[in-house]
Amino acid sequence: MKLTDIFKKKSSSQAAKDRLKLVLVSDRQSCNPEIMERIKNDILEVLSKYVEVDQAGLDIKFTQMDTEGADTDNKSVPALYANIPIRNMKHTIKE
Amino acid sequence: MGEVIVVTSGKGGVGKTTTTANIGTGLAKLNKKVVLIDTDIGLRNLDVVMGLENRIVYNLVDVVEGSCKVKQAMIRDKRFDSLFLLPAAQTKDKTSVTPDQMKKLADELKQEFDYVIMDCPAGIEQGFKNAIAGAERAIVVTTPEVSAVRDADRIIGLLEANEIGKTQLIVNRLRPDMVKRGDMMSAEDVIDILAVELLGVVPDDESIVIATNNGEPLAGDSSLAGQAYMNICRRILGESVPFLNLEDKKGFFAAIANVFRR
Repeated sequence: MKLTDIFKKKSSSQAAKDRLKLVLVSDRQSCNPEIMERIKNDILEVLSKYVEVDQAGLDIKFTQMDTEGADTDNKSVPALYANIPIRNMKHTIKE
Repeated sequence: MGEVIVVTSGKGGVGKTTTTANIGTGLAKLNKKVVLIDTDIGLRNLDVVMGLENRIVYNLVDVVEGSCKVKQAMIRDKRFDSLFLLPAAQTKDKTSVTPDQMKKLADELKQEFDYVIMDCPAGIEQGFKNAIAGAERAIVVTTPEVSAVRDADRIIGLLEANEIGKTQLIVNRLRPDMVKRGDMMSAEDVIDILAVELLGVVPDDESIVIATNNGEPLAGDSSLAGQAYMNICRRILGESVPFLNLEDKKGFFAAIANVFRR
């Protein structure tokens, strides 16, 4: 490694931490499908107060996304991805 | 009434058996009555680490099957009168014992001992289930490597699912020099990722290899690892002991020299 590389490259321990954080998100999720199901149901419950959701077309999963911005160094972060097709907006809001 | 503790890790080779031997030795030095149970049936190891391999007559499977009494199978330690080992069978496999049988044995032993410590095999199968069956508390051993930390996370999840009351972490084989130059995760990094209570940090120390060669666990001697294990034992007893300063004392100029060496 050259001296100048020190300022560019992140340390290997930081790389280890970042990789672990990502892999543990998917590990924890795939080891516990029940949690995913509960997240899905809770999201549906909130949304259905305002809109009619097409439940068959629903897609919710954990994934990785690239972040933009100076401080994050364009690294991937764990993200909850949700694609929720809406059939119709409700006229009145039920409490 | 004593406490049943399981020492586990998920990944193999991170130092479960060494940790078990040293915690047992340390607690015995602190005048506690301790029995160590090697639950790694088929791959017994704790006996050689303790230096007791020549004294085995009966084993864990004999006890569970009723071929002998618990008292007959337990081996007294060479150096400490209050420390005992219940060795694993070498010729059977993990299915020779069930979690129910292990729980019954643990419940029986904790009437007489202050600490019953289970040395868990690697993996998450039957051997793991046997080892945690009677446990009230778990010590997860990991090293600051991605593979070991990942497996530790899985184990922590399984311990939680099995309602083990308390789970604490030992970060083993830490190399302060590597942490300093950013090439190894620190104990704090590991704790940050796993979100679990830290019980202790054990440095990578040659004296561990020497102690294992001689079959004499080093807890309590003057080596850094020996001190680290003794501190861990005191924390198990509920004392609040500050963490060892593992930093090498080479100082500022050595650190600069390291940077230019790259």
